[in-house]
Amino acid sequence: MSTATHERAGVGRRVRLSFWDSARVASVGLRTRPLRATLSALGIAIGTAAIVGVLGLSSSSQAGLLAEIDRLGTNLLKAEAGRTFGGQTANLPIEAPARVSHIPNAEQVGHAGLIKDAKVYRSPMVPQANTGALQIRAVSLNLPSVLTIGVDRGSWLNAGTSEGPVAVLGSVAAQRLGIDRVHPGLRIWAGGQWFHIAGILKPATLAPEIDASVLIGYEAAGKYLGHVGVSRGEATHGPPTTLYVRAATDHVEEVQAALARTANPQAANEVNVSQPSDALTARAAAEGAFNSLFLGLGAVALVVGAVGVANIMIISVLERRSEIGLRRALGATKGQIRMQFLGEALLLAALGGVAGVGAGALATAVYAAGKGWAVVVPAEAWAGGIAAALLIGAVSGLLPALRAARMSPTAALRSV
Amino acid sequence: MKRSAYSPERKLALASSQDKVLELEEVTKVYGEQPPVPALRGVSFTVRRGELTAIVGPSGSGKSTLLHVMGTLERPSGGTVRIDGVDVAGLTDTELSLLRAHRIGFVFQQFFLAEYATVVENVADGLLYTGADLSERRARAEEALRRVGLAHRAGFRPPKLSGGERQRVAIARALIGRPAIVLADEPTGNLDSVTGASIVELLHELHADGATIIVVTHDAELAAALPRQIRMLDGQVVYDSAATRRQDAVGQHEEGGVG
Repeated sequence: MSTATHERAGVGRRVRLSFWDSARVASVGLRTRPLRATLSALGIAIGTAAIVGVLGLSSSSQAGLLAEIDRLGTNLLKAEAGRTFGGQTANLPIEAPARVSHIPNAEQVGHAGLIKDAKVYRSPMVPQANTGALQIRAVSLNLPSVLTIGVDRGSWLNAGTSEGPVAVLGSVAAQRLGIDRVHPGLRIWAGGQWFHIAGILKPATLAPEIDASVLIGYEAAGKYLGHVGVSRGEATHGPPTTLYVRAATDHVEEVQAALARTANPQAANEVNVSQPSDALTARAAAEGAFNSLFLGLGAVALVVGAVGVANIMIISVLERRSEIGLRRALGATKGQIRMQFLGEALLLAALGGVAGVGAGALATAVYAAGKGWAVVVPAEAWAGGIAAALLIGAVSGLLPALRAARMSPTAALRSV
Repeated sequence: MKRSAYSPERKLALASSQDKVLELEEVTKVYGEQPPVPALRGVSFTVRRGELTAIVGPSGSGKSTLLHVMGTLERPSGGTVRIDGVDVAGLTDTELSLLRAHRIGFVFQQFFLAEYATVVENVADGLLYTGADLSERRARAEEALRRVGLAHRAGFRPPKLSGGERQRVAIARALIGRPAIVLADEPTGNLDSVTGASIVELLHELHADGATIIVVTHDAELAAALPRQIRMLDGQVVYDSAATRRQDAVGQHEEGGVG
């Protein structure tokens, strides 16, 4: 119906409420029953918070991992003894580290030799079966610098201690043994022998196998645990099982290509070469993928919130029949009544959505700060959260709004 | 009966070519279909600008239905209703809403005030659906409150007011747009007799000021205090104190041809 038609009918011009008048009218329910409005918005707030929190946390942890990868560098290569064709665990040749260090652009070479079948206990009194899945590794003294592992407590092995019954614990190994500080006289029972503890390492992100190991010097391994080998006809310390190579940043691929055949020219196929940062990169990608369970829960909470808002709106329309009648008497059109109640549902949902986005972002910030990650709340998370809340408000407010508009003004006025 | 013949509103009203603000011709209203319940059975009368009229009758006499039909909240089943010269039969629901916003003011027995809003906001809401902006609404609300003698209560909220004061607020809200007609439904119904009398006095003052007011009530005493009485029984007008004037009105209408 055009304005001109109204004027011809002599009833004045069609009126559209201003934005502020509409907002004021839509907030009547909120102002008269704030507790009820808050509770009905709560469901939507929880749903939005869950969605924003899940997206924010996964993005933040991804950012954290990427930062970690950046810090650790992607130029570390790992060459591991695989299995022989016969299926037995292979060793690397004792000369492998020396040979690999001659590869052009291989800047640092560290290595570790797994001592097979050696078990670790806090003391000889611990039952045999409680190994804690810990391993003993003989390691080169430069290992922490190659792997960029810091020392958490005590000190790292040195030329002297690497010959004696002295061990340094990986972070997981220390935790499993229940050791959180280092003091003189602290010992563990490893491979049927007492070892003094010199220190505890920080977590080794690029080499998780080091974390769960008790680390000793090659000399000590040979002397106390029988980890010995033969090189050029002479008895010497035992063979390494893993090489860790830092390549020059721009030459990682060349070093990687040469690594297997240099480490074990006789059986290059028994050597597995990998780039540990690949695993982290893959993990970062996986962290970025949405946690579908929690997203699903968030969606369920949103739907429940929608039902809550619809429920409240229907009750509100019934309770406010006289207000609807009065407004119709004051000249409100059906459309204006419809907009009032639709607006009220949208307002409730928007408040819930904004509160939910705030709560989700806050949870992300607190958790990320605790983990030392950058706080990342992706735009699609908060914008999507508010958009979802508004959509839900519109859907849940539609039916009550239509009912309010359809209500006959006289019926509305009678029902007091 | 007080009359201030010199008030500007009154002069304007007398000068207006459209002297008849409400015309009902053979208006019927039937509810339901099986069986049909007739609420109005051919009601005809005319209200002129500036009149203060009581429509009185026992419950079930059809006076509430008549109020709703006069207020365009309900369409008649038959007959013609003209408000301020506009035949409501041809109007859409939206147009009827506009008509109510601009030409009709309502006063209800239960006041229907918003408790969360101040008195002046409640009164200003009487213009909400007319397109007037906020500052104009506020200014006219203050003026309307002065007219009902409640200017000093503008910032109060309704729960702080007495029943009589609340009804004055509702009357101010009905008056704010200077409507062609004010329809008051049992305006003293929720008030004690003293307060009710003060409301009746206010209606007289507003009438003297030129307002056209129709009071619908079952209270014969209240009706007797007003200049004109129309008595309803079983959906029909059984008595109209201005019956002769009504005859004139019908005669004039036949010459005029309004619409």
